[in-house]
Amino acid sequence: MSAAAPDRTAVRPVRPGPPILEVQGLTMRFGGLTAVSKVSFAAGSGQITALIGPNGAGKTTLFNCVTGFYRPSDGIIRLHKPGVPPTELQRLPGHRIARAGVARTFQNIRLFPGMTALENLLIAQHGPLMAATGWGIGAVLGLSRYPAAERLAIERAKRWLTATNLMERADDPAGALPYGQQRRLEIARAMCTEPALLCLDEPAAGLNPRESDELARLLLDIREEGTSILLIEHDMGVVMRISDRVVVLDHGVLIADGTPAEVRGNAKVIAAYLGEDEEEVAAP
Amino acid sequence: MAYAMQQLINGVSLGMIYGLIAVGYTMVYGIIGMINFAHGDVFMIGAFLSLIAVLLLSMGGLMDGPAGILLVLLFSVAITGVYGWAIERIAYRPLRGSFRLAPLISAIGLSIVLQNFVQVSQGARVKPMETLVQGGIEVMREDGFVVQLAYTQILIIGVTLAVLAIFTVLVTRTPLGRAMRACEQDRKMASLLGIDTDRTISLTFVIGAALAAVAGTMYLLRYGVIDFYIGFLAGVKAFTAAVLGGIGSLPGAVLGGLLIGLIETFWSAYFSVQYKDVAAFSILVLTLVFLPTGLLGRQEVEKV
Repeated sequence: MSAAAPDRTAVRPVRPGPPILEVQGLTMRFGGLTAVSKVSFAAGSGQITALIGPNGAGKTTLFNCVTGFYRPSDGIIRLHKPGVPPTELQRLPGHRIARAGVARTFQNIRLFPGMTALENLLIAQHGPLMAATGWGIGAVLGLSRYPAAERLAIERAKRWLTATNLMERADDPAGALPYGQQRRLEIARAMCTEPALLCLDEPAAGLNPRESDELARLLLDIREEGTSILLIEHDMGVVMRISDRVVVLDHGVLIADGTPAEVRGNAKVIAAYLGEDEEEVAAP
Repeated sequence: MAYAMQQLINGVSLGMIYGLIAVGYTMVYGIIGMINFAHGDVFMIGAFLSLIAVLLLSMGGLMDGPAGILLVLLFSVAITGVYGWAIERIAYRPLRGSFRLAPLISAIGLSIVLQNFVQVSQGARVKPMETLVQGGIEVMREDGFVVQLAYTQILIIGVTLAVLAIFTVLVTRTPLGRAMRACEQDRKMASLLGIDTDRTISLTFVIGAALAAVAGTMYLLRYGVIDFYIGFLAGVKAFTAAVLGGIGSLPGAVLGGLLIGLIETFWSAYFSVQYKDVAAFSILVLTLVFLPTGLLGRQEVEKV
């Protein structure tokens, strides 16, 4: 386990203040199968929280509940966005969750392949743009409020295209971009919704080591800007390097929750990942 | 030569009307992947509302010149839009999670309801209207045959092109159009980005109905005779046009409409008027057999 973790593992001080996301007793059943069972944890505000666990542990299911893709069977998911009263996400329809401040990416990329990279980012700013157009009528008539709003939207889109190093691909259809660029574009699109919490489902999957490094840097930048991140990731190098907090699931149950260093030494976690033969593995 | 020229003019103006209706079919298909079988009747409703508006305005003495026609158009578009919205609410939205054929059946049911509603409320007899716009331009003359471009035909072509231009800007340049395209490609993802997909789908039906209303008004002005049953044939022909152009493709719908209009007109002119519908529907069969994606149909984008 220690071989996977590089030298930059110093624990960052935990910022005070309420968590951005609070999950209480979350349960998700599909017919007779309980994919997630009574999971409770909190993701710190301004932190990167990683959600790890072996395949089939229920990470993506939990993610889908938080982002409104599924409606949980039971439990509470509360978003504490600074400056507004807490929102209970499990009650909201999908598009309201996005407006409440949660954005996500997918394990299998879900860009709009037929639209350009720039259009993909503008779609993410649909709410404010729509309001400025008077539901599309103003845009046709060329009313004054709309061009200003659109300029602002394009500026924000350009900022994220620059941050993700995709500026020269702005007018190419998203479906034509190479895999690594599509991954970055998905993160840029999520950021264009101006989320308080960014949820990433295996952002490093399929990336080469150099691209993984770029991704880690991008995520740290996003955190510096004040957006909290919830992350599912199998690349332990990335997880241990950038996470402030690691939550471990196995068979739908939470088995560990702590700093990367704590979780790495946790016997249950090692058992879950490597089988029951703990003695042998725990030895340095 | 002159005769062919006249048929070309007639075919284009008829094709424009089919094209406008076909756009409604193809838009709804694009966004929810289903054919709106009540769309032909929306066109019929649009024509009836135009007739009502003409009569109301004539009573008030306001029905003169282009301003009158514009008022008729706006009246018909506005109310037909409400019909489009209602069709989605009644026949489609409650069945969205249901099996695939259920909304088609409810839409066919709604189509029958609309026809019977108009039949009962407006009477079953054919409704003639006195010609509002008369005359035309003499384009050419050959051996005593005068090729005429009627003012109504100019009106149809002009209004259709203007409406399609506005519509194209709406789809390609505005946030609403982007949202419609996003819903088309991945509705769930669009919703996760904060797009109200229900409202976007509703607006798609409203816009489709508005275009059908424009077609209805044009039909009334050009042919001057309507009844409660015109929606069926026009609807099926516009559907043929949408399939020929490639269902889901907006330029394809207009192209398909033009082709169907031209084929029908030339067939009537050179072969037999009785078999003109057979010609149009043979095209549907041939397209489905030999060119299922249509002329401008998109390749299915594989979702990863």
